Amino acid sequence: MNTAADPVIRFTEVSKTFPRTDGKDVFTAVDKLSFEIAKGEIVAVLGKTGCGKSTMFNIVAGLIEPSEGQARVVGHNPFSEFDFFRGKIGIVFQNDRLMPWRTALENVMLGLQVLNADPKQALETARGWLARLGLSGHENDYPHALSGGMRQRVSIARAFAVNPDILLCDEPFSALDEMTARDLRAEFVKLVRQNNKTAVFITHQIGEAMDIGDRVMVFHRPARIAYEARLSSETGEAERTKVRDDIMKVLSVDQATA
Amino acid sequence: MGSGSMRVLQATAGMIVLAVIWQILSMTLPPFLFPPVPEIFKRTVEILITGSLLIDVLLTGGRIFVGLFGAFFIGAVIALVMARSKTLENFVSPVLTFFQGIPALSWVVFAIIWFQGTEFRIAFIMIMTTLPAFTFQILDAIRSMSKDLFEMTMSFRPSRWTLFRFLIVPTIVPGILTAWKVNLGNAARVVVVAELVGATGGVGYELLRQQQLFDMAGAMAWTLQLVLFVLVVQQTINAIEAWALSYRPVSERSI
Ligand SMILES: Nc1ncnc2c1ncn2[C@@H]1O[C@H](COP(=O)(O)OP(=O)(O)O)[C@@H](O)[C@H]1O
Ligand SMILES: [Mg+2]
Repeated sequence: MNTAADPVIRFTEVSKTFPRTDGKDVFTAVDKLSFEIAKGEIVAVLGKTGCGKSTMFNIVAGLIEPSEGQARVVGHNPFSEFDFFRGKIGIVFQNDRLMPWRTALENVMLGLQVLNADPKQALETARGWLARLGLSGHENDYPHALSGGMRQRVSIARAFAVNPDILLCDEPFSALDEMTARDLRAEFVKLVRQNNKTAVFITHQIGEAMDIGDRVMVFHRPARIAYEARLSSETGEAERTKVRDDIMKVLSVDQATA
Repeated sequence: MGSGSMRVLQATAGMIVLAVIWQILSMTLPPFLFPPVPEIFKRTVEILITGSLLIDVLLTGGRIFVGLFGAFFIGAVIALVMARSKTLENFVSPVLTFFQGIPALSWVVFAIIWFQGTEFRIAFIMIMTTLPAFTFQILDAIRSMSKDLFEMTMSFRPSRWTLFRFLIVPTIVPGILTAWKVNLGNAARVVVVAELVGATGGVGYELLRQQQLFDMAGAMAWTLQLVLFVLVVQQTINAIEAWALSYRPVSERSI
């Protein structure tokens, strides 16, 4: 049984290797990674491109299986227990991944339809989420008629609409201009806190990681934790500056060895 | 002039040129080789308005549909199985390629030797000749599925049936409609050969009769029935396509 004290996400010495194209050797993307994320936490995962953030993310999401070690989400195996996680994890991808044949509203309804929600109820919920994300009036637009920021908003609505306990985001705002990204970041944090969710937020921008996370985990390449810091609204400016400098130092070491 | 009537004009201009050339030939060569265009037109209309003759056209149309639907459903199942298992694909793919090389006339011979019953033989020939291409086209359509959309959909952890309805079907619809259009033309050409297995009705049977009667106008008129049939079905598929793919953005520039 899962008690309140149990972590929502737990990695125990998780490694992931991919076969190289020549087939002779393997490429290690994640290397004996261990961490725990508690209920209600917002954890920002920071690291350079190619350090294995998405690979870690895909393991949590259950899209790929660890080569070694154990990944558990609320005590269950996200890869093998396919049906168990239905409706429990919401994902916002780097690109919006909207279905081009569905309107904005229909895209938001996707997860609810998978859950066999009552159609009327699903429609209401989806409408509500679009409205909260400032997309009223665009319900019947197809994705190609929306801007990048609007599309990403739709994909956030799609993830929140199923009311999952866990939210995973893989650099969701990196393709957007800074103004739009800042708005969506604030919106995202507000939604996660209001609804008491647990969130993992992947980014390669230090500023974004420090804005969003209660905790920042910095990854080395291949993915393992190089540095960790806790932040809160009480964290003073001086301490923030120090954390930022430390992160910079860690990341620059990575560059030297990359 | 509106762009609609312009399109119709462009579409018919080529046919008009062809008819004019034919008419000139009919005036210089013996009419049993090149019967005049009005004669062919008259015979064509005659078939369409004479119930006993129209039945032959509909019969052939029905055989085309039986073959196409049969090949489509069997092909879809094989393609889905191939898409799910690399091993089965390696196993089935060479067999289909082998079948693709077999001429329609060989299937006619096999059907006559193996089976009784005209309609069954024709259906067999129609399915065997269109199945390989249909299967490969459907498989291609499934393969064209975006990995991004697949993983996004899987992140909601749908049942297989939900995945099929929400992602696979909309993904493969464009490819399937194209496959239908291509195979329709092939099937229309194969069906007259298939009807050689002893059909006592249908366009193939009528064509054979015109040959025995040495009636060129009749042969042309029956050929045109098949062409018209393909055109009508083709347009229907186009209309379905326009409706089903209306979500697609259209660029204001052409290629
Ligand atoms: N399916 C795969 N096959 C082979 N190599 C992969 C695969 N997925 C990721 N990699 C490799 O693993 C490393 C980490 O990738 P990724 O997790 O996408 O990094 P990040 O998201 O941090 O930019 C990269 O070097 C990448 O090339
Ligand atoms: Mg990535």
